[in-house]
Amino acid sequence: MSFSNLQMPAKVTEVVQVTPQIKRFRFEPAHGSEFRSFSGGAHIIVEMNDGHLVRRNAYSLMSHPAHVSSYMISVLRDDAGRGGSRFMHDQIKEGMIIKISHPVNLFAATFNATRHLLIAGGIGITPFVAMMEQLSLENRPFELHYAARSQKDAAYAEAIACKFGSSVNLYFSDLGQRLDIKQALTFQPLGTHLYVCGPERLIDDVVAIATAEGWPKQNIHLERFMAAAIGAPYDVELARAKKTVSVGSTQSMLEAIEAAGVDAPYFCRGGACGQCETAVVLCDGKLVHADHFLTEEVKASRTKVMPCVSRFEGKKLVLDL
Amino acid sequence: MRLPSIKSRPVYGTLAPRTGTAHLFVADAEGAEAILDLASFASSNFFEKAQIFYVPKRGAGHLEARLTALRPFAYNASPSIAAMLPRLSQTLSTARMGLRLYLAGTEGLIGQATKVATTYGIHHDAIIAEHRGSMARRVQCVHCKGIIEEVKTQPVICSHCGLRLFVRDHYSRRIAAFQGVCIDAEQPGSAPAIQEVFR
Repeated sequence: MSFSNLQMPAKVTEVVQVTPQIKRFRFEPAHGSEFRSFSGGAHIIVEMNDGHLVRRNAYSLMSHPAHVSSYMISVLRDDAGRGGSRFMHDQIKEGMIIKISHPVNLFAATFNATRHLLIAGGIGITPFVAMMEQLSLENRPFELHYAARSQKDAAYAEAIACKFGSSVNLYFSDLGQRLDIKQALTFQPLGTHLYVCGPERLIDDVVAIATAEGWPKQNIHLERFMAAAIGAPYDVELARAKKTVSVGSTQSMLEAIEAAGVDAPYFCRGGACGQCETAVVLCDGKLVHADHFLTEEVKASRTKVMPCVSRFEGKKLVLDL
Repeated sequence: MRLPSIKSRPVYGTLAPRTGTAHLFVADAEGAEAILDLASFASSNFFEKAQIFYVPKRGAGHLEARLTALRPFAYNASPSIAAMLPRLSQTLSTARMGLRLYLAGTEGLIGQATKVATTYGIHHDAIIAEHRGSMARRVQCVHCKGIIEEVKTQPVICSHCGLRLFVRDHYSRRIAAFQGVCIDAEQPGSAPAIQEVFR
């Protein structure tokens, strides 16, 4: 996908304050009656015209995959972030027409799994809401472990507990409840697939424990909510487009490239999928890699960069774009 | 490791101990030697959590003795791959995550065991497999869908429908067989002479 694919006008038909920090948005097609169908775990890109910046952030779809008359996303407000979530919370109102992308799924359930083990931390619950609807519809066995700071902060905890009953396990740290990851992984039948979404530390812990317990990497699926890094402004030269682009301190390199009218590829905009991998022609300075895609060797070689999340510090950076 | 001529042609690695709570080895014929090689650098208690299903070749009794000497917690010998597969199925159906599957021996064994394992949710790339011994292929005749075991020649005469088949590198994981396609369909009788190529 690239920004030329972001052509779907959508009307904001509902904005709900779910918790003090989370708002839920419902979008309906501005033209036509239905959106495209999607599978649990899919995300869309929402385009935000924030002053002189155009932001394009990825959000997991959390509505029912079988109901495509509307899409729903939930957004956690991050006051320390680049500004996308603040913009969604403060500026997006019912009745507005915005642009969204078609859904892309980089966190799909594996359907030859014998069982699905879902682990969510905080706002990481959103892709699982849609995934559980789908698994439940298709009669596939699953269990969810959902850890949040408190019941008040745990969006949808009550709703999913009501709907999916004993498949749902909740942990609220203000009540002293802790998710024991090793316990959750123990005695799972062969062919169980593990899905984890949430804070960086939870994901790292789950992956480390699962690997130590002999879970093959093919059975471990993760979705990191990565945001582009913030840093000092810098310039990037695009060798093929023959353009020099200025990247602002809260802007991503990809957003700056797009703002210059260069149609660069992307899918996740979160440093995970690898779609935006770009060759570095010249690097006089330091690439600040923030992605989870490139290997450490490639990062050290300074030959590739993921412009969706990574930054640059130094004299001159030339990209093969 | 052989470089694949086309993407579907499986490539195999070398058996090496993986992190796991249980280890299941399935081997035939010279595949036993791959397990013995792994044993030479595995930790001393590694085979306490291991079981071995072995399909010996005729006259390979000495390998059986060496496998049992590894003292796996379970050892079972089957007279044929076909006889071993239901046992593999049964074991996988009650297994837990943490079990690692190791396959060693002929491509027929590796392919058929992989096919069974994938029905229990094991990803084919999560299986540790090493090819040892015969290069003979398990072939599906794409015309009559019959399976021909231990094909050594090129072309091969389909033992079900009698067509002369070119044995392709095109492999199907779903049926665990290489694809055999009629070699002289345009001009019947123009097939090249049969030669032994898969030794």
